[in-house]
Amino acid sequence: MGMLTAPSHLTARERARRAARGGASRSVPAPLLAPALIAAGFLVLPLVGLLIRAPWRNLGAVLRGSDVTQALVLSVWTATATTAISLVIGVPLAWVLARGSFPGQRLLRALVTLPLVLPPVVGGVALLLAFGRTGFIGRYLDSWFGLTIPFTPVAVVMAETFVAMPFLIITVEGALRSADQGFEEAAATLGAKRMTVFRRVTVPLIAPSLGAGAVLCWARALGEFGATITFAGSFPGQTETMPIAVYYALETDPDAAIALSLVLLLVSVVVLFSLRDHWLRGGSVT
Amino acid sequence: MTHGGSDGLAVDAEVRRGSFTLAVSFAAAPGQVLGVLGPNGAGKSTLLSAVAGLTPVSAGRIMLAGQLMDDADAGTFVEASGRPVGFVFQNYRLFPHLTVAENVAFSPRARGLGRRAARSAASHWIDRLGLTDLAGRKPGQLSGGQAQRVALARALAGQPALLLLDEPLSALDAGTRLDVQAELKRYLAEFTGPCLLVTHDPLEALVLADQLIVLEGGRIVQEGTPAHIARRPATNYVAKLVGLNLYSGHADGSQVALTTGGAFVIPDQGQHGDVLVAMRPSAVVVSTQRPQPSSARNTWPAKVVGLTLLADRVRLDLEGQPPVLVDVTPAAVAELSLDPGSQVWLTVKATDLEVYTHAERQPA
Repeated sequence: MGMLTAPSHLTARERARRAARGGASRSVPAPLLAPALIAAGFLVLPLVGLLIRAPWRNLGAVLRGSDVTQALVLSVWTATATTAISLVIGVPLAWVLARGSFPGQRLLRALVTLPLVLPPVVGGVALLLAFGRTGFIGRYLDSWFGLTIPFTPVAVVMAETFVAMPFLIITVEGALRSADQGFEEAAATLGAKRMTVFRRVTVPLIAPSLGAGAVLCWARALGEFGATITFAGSFPGQTETMPIAVYYALETDPDAAIALSLVLLLVSVVVLFSLRDHWLRGGSVT
Repeated sequence: MTHGGSDGLAVDAEVRRGSFTLAVSFAAAPGQVLGVLGPNGAGKSTLLSAVAGLTPVSAGRIMLAGQLMDDADAGTFVEASGRPVGFVFQNYRLFPHLTVAENVAFSPRARGLGRRAARSAASHWIDRLGLTDLAGRKPGQLSGGQAQRVALARALAGQPALLLLDEPLSALDAGTRLDVQAELKRYLAEFTGPCLLVTHDPLEALVLADQLIVLEGGRIVQEGTPAHIARRPATNYVAKLVGLNLYSGHADGSQVALTTGGAFVIPDQGQHGDVLVAMRPSAVVVSTQRPQPSSARNTWPAKVVGLTLLADRVRLDLEGQPPVLVDVTPAAVAELSLDPGSQVWLTVKATDLEVYTHAERQPA
């Protein structure tokens, strides 16, 4: 058989790579290269634009503007409250979904994870229909206790919890499913009752996933827009969170919008790195 | 075997898991180390699981220290956390997020002691098992032998009335195994309750156990002292483990007709009926020609089908009536030019045959 292709040039560096790690050429086939570059550019360039247009000089002054500070403070505390609430009620639900065995369990899991794919606006409408002043629950809260939830900070936390808690639940549920139950058996033979096993063995063993789930939940809550604006509105200082403030500031004060966006971008990068660390360690315990 | 009485463990139970059924009846007295020997899938782990309360029995009952632990008929069941049982798992299952001291203190704490009292209870066992220098380490920083001792300390710190050991040495490399085995034997001797030791390693069972039960396919096929079982195996599995040739046959005075074909001449002790015949592989003499008549009473032709080099000898796998495994020296293999396919004559003295009856043990 004759030679199929003409010899090509192999750099010393490529020779060293192939010798050390083996494997054939790693050059990208041309038909894949162009679309890959377009995709990467599409994802990266807008963020670069944000950095270019940022009012770096008076960034401090813009961020210290009263509306911006208000939105920042509101966003941070509601996202934190959302995460705390999700840990307190979401982790037990994750345990029930992972370990329980009862009729309707699959249906419940599907319903619980639905907000992951549901458009947040729909979540906001649903919350309004349930907890609004004329909602089927809100009506009684209003007439019995005089409580009105919509368009208050409480509504912000509820909207964020509705959207963000499922992220924590599925992360923790997955960890509980894949956790080695041998440790729990060992704890039982050592005299630990079910709740002690949960507290002293199960939770510490899934701590990395618990942390990742909480970070994911917090980040999702911080960026929540659709459900919040639908259910809680946008009253500055009351229910106007960062994403909502960015949206309105874009019309009136573009510099503030960009500065707020930068803060959210920074937070996202930090979250991504903390999660990347978790994923790299593969959720191991040590 | 003695009955467990009020202090020991008494098991008379069935555990069904899918198509597998474990059906056993035995007792272990305080201070006794009862070895449970059997191949993989024999039901050894299921047995430990049932005794520990991790799996309820499907029928029958389990008694420990005079208390009913599990009774399928009455519906009585004590949860694993409520049983006075110390369990040393196969891979130890030390809690990776806790230090050695916290691991050992886990049981006293879980059983209701305060933090400080649990710590001091733990430190007693930590000192006793020579773990003082390791108390602050995490399980990930321990060697196999150290982890094994921590697992034992953790189980003992709960002051159990019964100790369960699941393949306690299998996770260790060959180098440390002998040391740890000697250590373990010492600690087991100090333990006052009954101990159930599961293993598939015959040496481990012979060295550590006072009494053995052999489990195959969910049934007890033999029980007795390790020496007895090593000398008179009841099944091919045990015979293989202890390295003996085993035949079943029908005795009629000085003759045994073997079920594999062929016959042995045995010392006439008036035995009649079904018997087992055990024979050491080194008791057989191999010749390339038909031997002259001699005092050895059993001579038969055979064909070499396999040769395996063991440490200092060669094991021949021979086809004949009966088939047999024979150990010879490497020099003998060379001098007789033994190859697969070689025709040889085998000779064995009647007095080298161990002939005994085995009453098939019926599970309860």
